[in-house]
Amino acid sequence: MAVTVAPTTDAPRGRLERIWATEPGLFGILGTVDHKTIGKRYLVTALFFMVIGGIEALVMRVQLAQGGERLLTPEQYNQLFTMHGVTMIFFYAQPVLSGFSNFLWPLLMGSRDMAFPRLNAFSYWVYLLAGLFLYMSLPLGQMPDRGWFAYAPLTERTFAPGLNMDFYALALVFLTISTTAGAANFIVSLMKLRAPGMSINRIPIMMWGTLTASAASLVALPALTVACTLLYLDRRFGTHFYDAGRGGHPILWQHLFWMFGHPWVYIIVLPAMGIISDLLPVFCRLPLVGYTYVALATVSTGIIGFGVWVHHIFAAGLPPVSMSYFSAASLVITIPSAIAVFAWLATIWLGRPEMKTPFLFAAGFIVLFVMGGVTGVATAFIPLDWQLTDTYFVVGHLHYVLIGINVFPVMAGAYFWFPKMTGRLLSERLGRWQFWVMFVGFNLGFFPMHIAGLLGMPRRIYTYPAGLGWDTVNLVTTIGAFCFAAGVLLLAVNVWRSYRSGEVAGDNPWDAPTLEWATRSPPASYNFPLIPWVESRHPLWDRQLEETAVTRLDEGLLLDQGRETVGTTPLDGLPEQVLRMPGDSLWPLALAASLFVGFTGFLAGAWWVAGRGSCSLPRAPSAGSGRRIAARRWPHDRPGMRTPARRGGPPLHRMVGPRHAARHRGRALPLPPLQLFLPRLHDPRRLPRRRRHALAPPGAPQHPAPAPQQRHLPGGPSAASRRGRRTASALASSPRCCSARCSSPSSSASGHRCPSRPAPMPTARSGTPSPASTRRTWRRDS
Amino acid sequence: MIPARRLGLLLLVAAPGCAGPRNYLGATGGPIAGKLAGFGWVVLGVALAVVVAVTGLLVAAIARHRHEPEAGGEPRRRGRGLGWIHWGGMIIPTVILVLLFFQSLGLLEQLAAAPRARVTIRLTSHRWWWDATYLAQDGRTLIPTANVLHIPAGEPVRLELETADVIHSFWIPALAGKTDLVPGQHNATWIQADTPGTYGGQCGEYCGQQHANMMLTVIAEPRAEYERWLAAEAAPAVEPAGGAAAEGAAVFAGRACAGCHTIRGTMARGRVGPDLTHLARRPTLAAGLLANSPANLATWIAAPQAVKPGAQMPHVPLPADELQALLAYLQSLQ
Repeated sequence: MAVTVAPTTDAPRGRLERIWATEPGLFGILGTVDHKTIGKRYLVTALFFMVIGGIEALVMRVQLAQGGERLLTPEQYNQLFTMHGVTMIFFYAQPVLSGFSNFLWPLLMGSRDMAFPRLNAFSYWVYLLAGLFLYMSLPLGQMPDRGWFAYAPLTERTFAPGLNMDFYALALVFLTISTTAGAANFIVSLMKLRAPGMSINRIPIMMWGTLTASAASLVALPALTVACTLLYLDRRFGTHFYDAGRGGHPILWQHLFWMFGHPWVYIIVLPAMGIISDLLPVFCRLPLVGYTYVALATVSTGIIGFGVWVHHIFAAGLPPVSMSYFSAASLVITIPSAIAVFAWLATIWLGRPEMKTPFLFAAGFIVLFVMGGVTGVATAFIPLDWQLTDTYFVVGHLHYVLIGINVFPVMAGAYFWFPKMTGRLLSERLGRWQFWVMFVGFNLGFFPMHIAGLLGMPRRIYTYPAGLGWDTVNLVTTIGAFCFAAGVLLLAVNVWRSYRSGEVAGDNPWDAPTLEWATRSPPASYNFPLIPWVESRHPLWDRQLEETAVTRLDEGLLLDQGRETVGTTPLDGLPEQVLRMPGDSLWPLALAASLFVGFTGFLAGAWWVAGRGSCSLPRAPSAGSGRRIAARRWPHDRPGMRTPARRGGPPLHRMVGPRHAARHRGRALPLPPLQLFLPRLHDPRRLPRRRRHALAPPGAPQHPAPAPQQRHLPGGPSAASRRGRRTASALASSPRCCSARCSSPSSSASGHRCPSRPAPMPTARSGTPSPASTRRTWRRDS
Repeated sequence: MIPARRLGLLLLVAAPGCAGPRNYLGATGGPIAGKLAGFGWVVLGVALAVVVAVTGLLVAAIARHRHEPEAGGEPRRRGRGLGWIHWGGMIIPTVILVLLFFQSLGLLEQLAAAPRARVTIRLTSHRWWWDATYLAQDGRTLIPTANVLHIPAGEPVRLELETADVIHSFWIPALAGKTDLVPGQHNATWIQADTPGTYGGQCGEYCGQQHANMMLTVIAEPRAEYERWLAAEAAPAVEPAGGAAAEGAAVFAGRACAGCHTIRGTMARGRVGPDLTHLARRPTLAAGLLANSPANLATWIAAPQAVKPGAQMPHVPLPADELQALLAYLQSLQ
């Protein structure tokens, strides 16, 4: 039944609030599936791990401040540098981006939650418990001590007795469960939960970054899981996967580890680069230059990233010919990065930059990114790498990459989205201070590392003799490290002060273009009272940029009959069903906790505990948790049956059509992953006119109707969308309507409507077509 | 236990023992490192130019708006700007990278294959020292030594790399880049020192607790001197005529020492630790950690775990007189 809601704001808001709000009390705290809460938890936890990893680094820097320092024993130092690496790379760098993405995705997409809210909660709890699991080694005095890269056979029981490396192997396997679940959730959310009209070419670059990172995670993480599992088997069950003496080979570890490890670098920088790509336009006051290039660069970096791992092991004695391939790939991957850099530069050049704190961090990031990039290129040359590898030059390089490309964008993102998360702005004054302290401290700390490396200082040494020319650079590095840490402290001060008494932000303090700024600050539990129909890449700038079609937020689907959001098609973002979302539950926590028990059992060799704990994962469905997490996501109603209320416009069944609905009854949503990579980023109107005509199916009506039920022609939408041409022809037909064949000379911008074309549903209020709404989903956006 | 300060001092004293600077872009000792340094400067020069150019563009892009009355304002489109991406992001970097890549391939070809060498050394790494075996010119006799390699200057020397336990990496910065020593794998590399001198290096791959103190020294000398050294090294130890040294020999054989160390010409045939046949001629102790002086030798034997925590050399309690005798014996091993 279609219900048209009266245009008052409070009634639906109150009702939605009742539906979506997390219960107060302990159940709400432990059972919430609100992506905003989970995202903030991710951020706080990740930053907490960053502080721990930072303290470890500072202790190491004191030890290395001068030659022959005796603060730490070699054992302690080795544990510290290992834990520093593991903490920063696994427990800070990726989770912090998951935090931003979790908080932001549904907001950026105009949705009400992630696709699998309980899986989302589950992945957070697993992350937290995996971190606790790893740091259980601290009170036991058995922290991992073989480096975050943990080269076999040094990690084998013969050379590493004790629980240290068991903690390492198990904690990482444990964590990969979280990361995998999160990655799957991001991919499906992006593919299925975008607001109607938000075609794949309209998503913010950050979503491209996270999408690429998530897809790469799903491919890369199994290598780590396998590597760590084999290590555990070697250690506990006497197998010989890495034991050269009995038919294994230690280089197997290196391949497995870096097959995971190098894509991981891109996994922890691509979303951060995306943050910058989305931030700069806000502060430069113009849309990103070369959106398509940057989006393609992001995806291609993720793909090429799988072909470079051998550059970590150029010194291992591999054949030169095979190494040359990886050297070339490592150089090729520079190009997408260069594209992104010059897109950013052009955006700043053509825009009118406002020197706010997020912009400062973004600009600083560009410099550091380029510095980290060029030193990376230096190590891609095989012969030169023989000198550079495993020296402090590489340490300098990787910190420029990881801090420059991860921490600086995270800081920029923190200043940018803090008002959205809390409703208050961070202090600009402290922000500027923080930027300059961090920027100067960072360069003071990490640039000299390159020099130390060029002077021949190897990595991972707990001490060094004086007299090799390494003393001064190391002292400067230590000073810079403390300076950088002071910058992080300033952020803590700023957050603490601003959270309590910062300037009230308002909904859109930066006048930013993306959908999250259309929500309240902080957003209501249901995010959007009405699911908007998106008309461009910058929905909130449509008017200023004089777009022909304007995203209107006061019209759209209401979906107020339970926890519901709208499911759309992967590429075009056409609405196809109403998704009923699961509510709060303790099962995700319970499942994560039982895994924790299971992994502790594996650690202790208590096999029945291990078995009970880890068996809970496949057994979960019978206990109800898995079913709730994984299965109840799909609509219980056929989309055509329950027509969601919306404000204005025709009801949803006209949007999705009965055929479409029938095809989707009782089955999972089709997710053709390959379609991701089809060249759909360009507007078909940019094709030569001849080609456009060629794309239109023969005998197509002169003005193909835009209503989706007519676009999903025989074979249904899933079959049709597997043939790429269907969409292309539908796309091509739209501009042709108004530009090629229509007798009216006026463009759609002037409000012309083709007579044979029914009013497209989304932006029409109460059935009255708005002039701008003749635009179709696919449109040139820049 | 030795007080920390004294030990720190010891480590400082040890510095001369670790030979000269490890700056591989500066004064290099041979053709391999020389070519690498030349290429390295090219790459670093290009890198610096790129950083300067991009930073300059960034500063200019920000600065060009400083005279505008107000930053920000309403968002506006202003040109497409794709030229930036085409030129800066694609064309220019591609040209630079292709040129450098082919140069690096040329270098790789020159350096990857070892030329024919008259001297071959089998280098076996242990936690945390280097075991070197020279293949003598007759091709059969094997001459073991440890932690210090003597090579003839001006000619290539082939190194066969093996490891006894975990992965290590051979690296003499002023002579050659790194090659890993991997269990179950036979790697080889070559070095050449054109200038006679002492070249320091250390293990390049993290190998556990004492990775920091696994130094290797290469001494390049004219061919004649090298041959004299090799001949002397090949000879078995001279049995001490009597006195403290003879007592020390008895201590060495009777206590734990002989179980791990070899002294050729005696009954000591242990293979766990370094060959000590000509210990007194080596410039360093404990894989380059200490200079080889009587005081350091005494410290090292008396408290190896304090000098090099985690080292495989155990603490063997010796009465003072036995220690003195042992020291006298070891110092007689010329």
